[in-house]
Amino acid sequence: MTRYEEIAQRIQKDFQSQLKSNQIVIQIGSATCEKAAGSDLVREEFEKLVKATGRQDIRLKQTGCTGRCSREPIVGVFFPGQFPFKYEKVTVAKVQQIFEQHILGGKPVLNLILDKKTTKYYSHIVTLYPSNAPGFAEDKKWEDILVERLKAKHVDPETTRVFVGGNVNISNKVQGKQGVGMMIFPEKTLYHFASEAELDQIIQAHFVENKTCPELFAQIDSMTERFFSVYGDVAFFNKQTRLTLRNSGIIDPENMDEYIFNHGYEGLAKALAKNEPNFVIEEVLKSGLRGRGGAGYPTGRKWKDATTSPDPIKYTVCNADEGDPGAFMDRSALEGDPFSVIEGMTIAAFAVGAHQGYMYIRAEYPLAIERCEKAIAKARAAGFLGKNILGSGFDYDIEIRLGAGAFVCGEETALMRSIEGRRGQPRIRPPYPTQGGLWGHPTVINNVETLANVPVIMVYGADFFARIGTEKSKGTKVFALAGKINNTGLVEVPMGTTLREIIFDIGGGIPGGRSLKGIQTGGPSGGTIPASAVDTPVDYDSLTQAGSIMGSGGMIILDDSDCMVATAKFFLEFTQDESCGKCVPCREGTLRMLEILTRITDGHGSLEDITKLERLGKLIQKTSLCGLGQTAPNPVLSVLKNFRAEFLEHITEKHCPTQRCPKLVRYEIDEEKCTGCTLCARRCPVPCISGTARKPHVIDQERCIKCGECFTVCKFDAVKKL
Amino acid sequence: MITETKNTLPKEICDFIDVCLTREHPESYLIAVLHKLQQQFGYLTREHMDEVAQRLHVPASFVSGVATFYHFFRLQPRGKFSISVCLGTACFVKGADKILDAFRAELGVDLAETTKDGLFSLDCTRCLGVCGLAPVVTINDKVYSQVTPQQVPDLINRAKADLETTETKV
Repeated sequence: MTRYEEIAQRIQKDFQSQLKSNQIVIQIGSATCEKAAGSDLVREEFEKLVKATGRQDIRLKQTGCTGRCSREPIVGVFFPGQFPFKYEKVTVAKVQQIFEQHILGGKPVLNLILDKKTTKYYSHIVTLYPSNAPGFAEDKKWEDILVERLKAKHVDPETTRVFVGGNVNISNKVQGKQGVGMMIFPEKTLYHFASEAELDQIIQAHFVENKTCPELFAQIDSMTERFFSVYGDVAFFNKQTRLTLRNSGIIDPENMDEYIFNHGYEGLAKALAKNEPNFVIEEVLKSGLRGRGGAGYPTGRKWKDATTSPDPIKYTVCNADEGDPGAFMDRSALEGDPFSVIEGMTIAAFAVGAHQGYMYIRAEYPLAIERCEKAIAKARAAGFLGKNILGSGFDYDIEIRLGAGAFVCGEETALMRSIEGRRGQPRIRPPYPTQGGLWGHPTVINNVETLANVPVIMVYGADFFARIGTEKSKGTKVFALAGKINNTGLVEVPMGTTLREIIFDIGGGIPGGRSLKGIQTGGPSGGTIPASAVDTPVDYDSLTQAGSIMGSGGMIILDDSDCMVATAKFFLEFTQDESCGKCVPCREGTLRMLEILTRITDGHGSLEDITKLERLGKLIQKTSLCGLGQTAPNPVLSVLKNFRAEFLEHITEKHCPTQRCPKLVRYEIDEEKCTGCTLCARRCPVPCISGTARKPHVIDQERCIKCGECFTVCKFDAVKKL
Repeated sequence: MITETKNTLPKEICDFIDVCLTREHPESYLIAVLHKLQQQFGYLTREHMDEVAQRLHVPASFVSGVATFYHFFRLQPRGKFSISVCLGTACFVKGADKILDAFRAELGVDLAETTKDGLFSLDCTRCLGVCGLAPVVTINDKVYSQVTPQQVPDLINRAKADLETTETKV
């Protein structure tokens, strides 16, 4: 038995006995977002209540975040053998209710359940996963057929609920085959049927005769099973495919045993047992994994590039400098499952022959730093880092280096300078980091999400990974969904999923009855896709074609109250502020572009400004030294392309249709409503409001400075904002 | 001008620098040293930076170059409460500018300034990664989510109240 097998077996035994002990588990989210929503207070309250009962069979467990930000804090209650209940927006007062009614009384608090999907205490939950194989009758409403058949067999539809999941990768065996996956909880049985006759067979056996139907069993991989057994009834989750976030919100991020129990370090053990670095590189190449930081360079090729150098000293680096404002998937991954990233780094190091690695994490993420520090120490203590890893003779260790608030340090050459302790200014490539990186030695730099995928490829194989996604973009991508969307949070979907599915099926659409206006991806380096292109599939090439980029995964949804010119200006202010100042096009060019945009939003723009913006933008793209400068004009150019009419309205009409640009707003007094109270005239700082008491007042538009004071103070709603 | 080492650095930091000197590429730990200094004192002083330079065997210009390059490092003292309004994209879209204005009005200071009583400093940050709960504000280490401009006076008062309770305890 290998050393890994010994460890895995011991952990297996521990966990099995824990499962047998019939504990009630209360699971509480503990990521930065959960804490911001108040999960610490919730946890303290539960601790107090559990202690007061003196019961030993109730266990509190912390997890990272599941990515359901708008409903946090989320608390899961797991009774052995029962379907898990998840509560949303839990407060201290609700903790007492949940504890008394559910944990002590056994009756779930139905009105607090996540997404209010549950109205009754179910005996079974069935989730259907229609196949994405070509030629299969997808138009068939399998959900309706199933509900109808269950009714015919007198199965109570109130206690057996049916949900439809997305085209998720439910099982390696089912993927790519014609048919429908059918998962039944709480038994955690997965069937696979390809005809109505087969469906009848399952219903007869499982629901009528209370048996199973082994000939239609499908083998379910544990990664998918444990995610769906917790979150399978929630539409936000069951349409996702979780590879990168496979453990986030499921395991305790500080418990290495639980990570190992869930196939953790199996990938590394496999790679070390083979003892062939080339095999690892070939697998990663075959899987089609591309860099998730945004540029999409094939990961396997990057690793191969590094091995061509004869230099015996090599480094691996994890780029966790998630600087794109509006992106938070790396933070969540590091807080929810740090071991996956550390294992990925170790496998990468073995493949390229590195013995030292660095994790470069933003200083703005203190909890992620703390979790990674703990995880590295635990991995070292257990022999997964350090000298002679798992008895293989391979040495590797990881050090954490902190960023210090510089967006440009996400650029690889700047990042390396920062690790070296210097000012994070980029340099010209070549030499590329894989040839001459940290202190001149070959260095492989991968993004957090990329690395978290590596163990999956090693455990399940390159073919498994390559079956997910599109021809040129393999696997899944995590998006940080934020802005004007009902379900803000983390969404992991197979490449090729359309924006519409992400925004409306998973994201739940736009709040407040407003309509979708644009989708901003790629942050300050990306662009805004208009609502008309909502059927664009998300993969590297399609997003580029639509005028934006994949980027690191920030996805900000804009509705009809958002001003596109102001949004473009926001991003330019950001890049201008973050420009390191080394090269002229970026340092001076972005400043001039910002001046023009400010002129436009102040109401002094001319049509010539559009030509100037476009010319300058293209020049900056072509002549800047690093990625920051080369992509800085993108938000402006994409808005010019996709929302040109709005731009023109700002210039020719001096009017902002969304009233987001304060200087392009006009204030008028409604004669009918004005009572002549004189309050606005007295408060006007210019003053430009005239009129006599008890008679309607008038604003002199020429002299008005658009401060909005009259609008704010009017008690009769007589001042109109146009 | 060459200044003498004044021994103003706390012992832990001197010890940390000594450990760094035994490792490969000791100068690469400069940012880590500055982080530790700022954590303890709230900002970096000229004397501290000069001493770090001498102990770490790098030019003083190198240290001040790094300290001024990164936004995270502050060269001026801060208030007891460091208020930071997130101006990331999600927060911007959800109206973070109005929250910043509310803090400006309530405290009577602009960005990067400190109130006269030395209690509050106002800053902005570029994304804390809590976009799902935008807009967010941090006061020292505590993160407040889905803040509205109306809540701003309350947040300030709560911080003041916290200070009073801790001071009476002391």
